[in-house]
Amino acid sequence: MSKRIDVNDLNIFYGKFHAVQNVSMTIEPKSVTAFIGPSGCGKSTFLRTLNRMHEVIPGGRVEGEVLMDGRDLYSKEVDPVDVRREVGMVFQRPNPFPTMSIKENVLAGVRLNSRRMSHSAADELAERALRDANLWNEVKDRLDKPGSGLSGGQQQRLCIARAIAVQPEVILMDEPCSALDPISTLAIEDLIEQLKEDYTVVIVTHNMQQAARVSDRTGFFNLEATGRPGRLVEMDDTQKIFNNPAQQSTEDYISGRFG
Amino acid sequence: MAIQTQHTGSDVTPPPRKRGPMEGIELSTVRPAGDRIGYAVLLGALALAATLWLAGGLNVVLAAVVGFLVYLAGVYTAYRVVGGRRVATDHVMRGLVYGAFILAVLPLVSLLWTVVGQGIPRAFHPDFLLQTMNGVTGVQDEATMQEGAPMVGGAYHAVVGTLVITGIATVLSVPIGLFTAIYLVEYSNKNALSHVIRFLVDVMTGIPSIVAGLFAFALWAMVFGIGTKDALAGAVALSVLMIPTVVRSSEEMLRIVPNDLREASLALGVPKWRTVAKVVLPTAASGLASGVTLAIARVIGETAPLLVAVGYARGLNLNPVEGPMNSLAVYAYYMFTRPLNPGFRDPSLERAWAAALLLVLLVVALNLTARLIAKLFAPKTGR
Ligand SMILES: Nc1ncnc2c1ncn2[C@@H]1O[C@H](COP(=O)(O)OP(=O)(O)O)[C@@H](O)[C@H]1O
Ligand SMILES: [Mg+2]
Repeated sequence: MSKRIDVNDLNIFYGKFHAVQNVSMTIEPKSVTAFIGPSGCGKSTFLRTLNRMHEVIPGGRVEGEVLMDGRDLYSKEVDPVDVRREVGMVFQRPNPFPTMSIKENVLAGVRLNSRRMSHSAADELAERALRDANLWNEVKDRLDKPGSGLSGGQQQRLCIARAIAVQPEVILMDEPCSALDPISTLAIEDLIEQLKEDYTVVIVTHNMQQAARVSDRTGFFNLEATGRPGRLVEMDDTQKIFNNPAQQSTEDYISGRFG
Repeated sequence: MAIQTQHTGSDVTPPPRKRGPMEGIELSTVRPAGDRIGYAVLLGALALAATLWLAGGLNVVLAAVVGFLVYLAGVYTAYRVVGGRRVATDHVMRGLVYGAFILAVLPLVSLLWTVVGQGIPRAFHPDFLLQTMNGVTGVQDEATMQEGAPMVGGAYHAVVGTLVITGIATVLSVPIGLFTAIYLVEYSNKNALSHVIRFLVDVMTGIPSIVAGLFAFALWAMVFGIGTKDALAGAVALSVLMIPTVVRSSEEMLRIVPNDLREASLALGVPKWRTVAKVVLPTAASGLASGVTLAIARVIGETAPLLVAVGYARGLNLNPVEGPMNSLAVYAYYMFTRPLNPGFRDPSLERAWAAALLLVLLVVALNLTARLIAKLFAPKTGR
C-alpha cells in the first residue's frame, strides 16, 4: 500500500501566473518526504498537483508528468476522482465535516461514495482508522458526537483518520501542525513516523526541526523574487540537506541567514 | 490616584483644563456619570409632553416631538455639566437612535394591534373556520344585523386555497431557485452566463406583483384560451415572485459554506456532484430552509396577481387546474371592497379583518418555523 512517484519537468500555473517551474523529483515509497522553503514559493501548489487538487482552483493548470508507479496521473484516461482516492490529503487547518459525527467523519470517504457497507464492517473500519490515527482511545466513548467538538489536535488526527479510511497509497500533508500546540504537534509527528510503515507520506512544513525529525528526504523550494515562479532548489536525504547541503541558498535558509 | 479622585463623581466644578501629552491638543475630560440623570430627564420630558397634550390641547404627535426635543436638550445640558462633552454627545446620540427605533416600530405595533383587535372576534369562530361563502348572500347579513341571527359564512375555502396555491408555488420555485443558486456558486466559475443570470435575477426581483399576475394570465390565455383562471396560473405568478428571492438567499447560504469542506470532500475522492449534494447542501441546510420559508412568507399575502390569475370563488375548490379558487388575501380584499350587502357592511368587514388576522398568523408561523428550522438543521458544535 504505497507507491513511488516520479515527477518530470512539472510546470504549474494559476491562469497566466506561472507559480512553479520545472520541478523534477522522485518520492520513494514507504518514506517521509518533507518540503521546506519560504512562504509563497509554491510548496502547497506543488503538493496539490500530486493528487490533482490543483485543478479544482479556477484557472489551475499543469504541464509535465507525474508518474505513480509508471502511470501518468495527468494522462487523458485517468479520472481525477480515482487519483484522489489513491492519494489522500490532510490540510493546514483541521476541517472535519460539521454536519457529521466523529464516526461519520471517519467513514465519510466511503459513505459519500455510497459504497455499501455492513454495520459491523463500518464499525471495524472506523475503529481501525481511528487506531491508526492514534485517536481511538480519546474518542471511543463519543463516536456519535460531532467532530467539531474535539480539540484542534484531535480534529487534525480525525482528518488523518478520515484520509486513511479510504486506504490510499500516498498521504499528502500541507503544514498539518501549523495550527496546533506543541503537544498536539508531537502527537502528529509520532503518527507520521508510524504512517510511513504503510504509506508514502509527503509533508510540507515551515518548521525546520520538524522536517529534520520526521522526514527521510527533504526538498528545498525557493523563489528568486516575488512574482517569479518557485523552483525546487535541491532534494536529498534529510541528513545531507541539514548537514551538508549542495547549494548555498539551502544552507542560508536552514541556518536562518535568509532574507 | 490623586488624578482619579479629582475627576470622579459629584465634583461639579470642572477641573482646570490641562494640556494633553501632545502639544496643541486639548483633551476633553470624560468623567463617569450614571444613567439616573437620563431617566430623570426622560420622566420630565414625558410629563411635559403629556401636559401639552392633555392640558395644553396640543396635537399628540406635536406634543411627542416637543417632548423628544426637550429630552435631547435636557440630557445634553445635564451630562455636559456632569460628565463632559463626550458623555453628553453619547447620550444625545443614544436618544436619537432610540427615537428612530420607536419611529420604525410604531407602525408595525399599530398594525398588529388593529388587525388583532378587529379580527379576533370572528377569526377563531368555528363557523368562520369551517364554512365557505357558498350560498351566503346579503340577505343573511341583513338578518344578522337586524334580527341578531347568527352570522354565517367563513373562510375555510380561502385558507385551503392559500395553502394550495402557495404550496404549488413553492414546489415550482424551490427546485428552480435552488439549482440556479447551485449552478452560480458551485459550477459557473463566474463565467459570462453567470453574470447574465445574476442580472436577470436582479431584474426579476423588481418585477411588480401585478405584472407577474398579468404574465400568468396572458400565458394561460394563450395556452388554454382567453379568460382561463385556475390555481396553477396563480402559483406560476407567485413563482415568478418567489424564484429570485430563493436564488438570492440560497446563493448567499451556499457561499458561506467554507471552501475547506469542499476541498476535504474532493480530496477523499468524492465526485463534485456528490460533494455538493452530501457536504455542501447539508452544511447549508438550515440557511436554505429558512430562506425558502421566508420567501413563502413573502408571497403568501399577495393579492393582485391572484386576483388576476386565479379569480374569486365563493365555494371550496380543490382542483388547481379547474376554475377559480379563493385565497385569504383576495377574500379579505373582496369582503372589504364588495360587501355582500352594501346596506349592512359590518359582517363583511368583520370577515375581512378575520381573514387578515389569519394571514398575519400564517406569516408569523412561517417566520417562527424558519427560525426553528435554522436551529434544528444548524451544524452541531460543542461536545
Ligand atoms: N488560488 C490561487 N490563485 C492564484 N495564485 C495563487 C493561488 N494560491 C497560491 N497562489 C500563488 O502561488 C504561489 C505559491 O503559493 P503557495 O503554493 O501557497 O506557496 P507556499 O505554500 O509555498 O507558501 C504564490 O505566489 C501564491 O500567491
Ligand atoms: Mg502553503
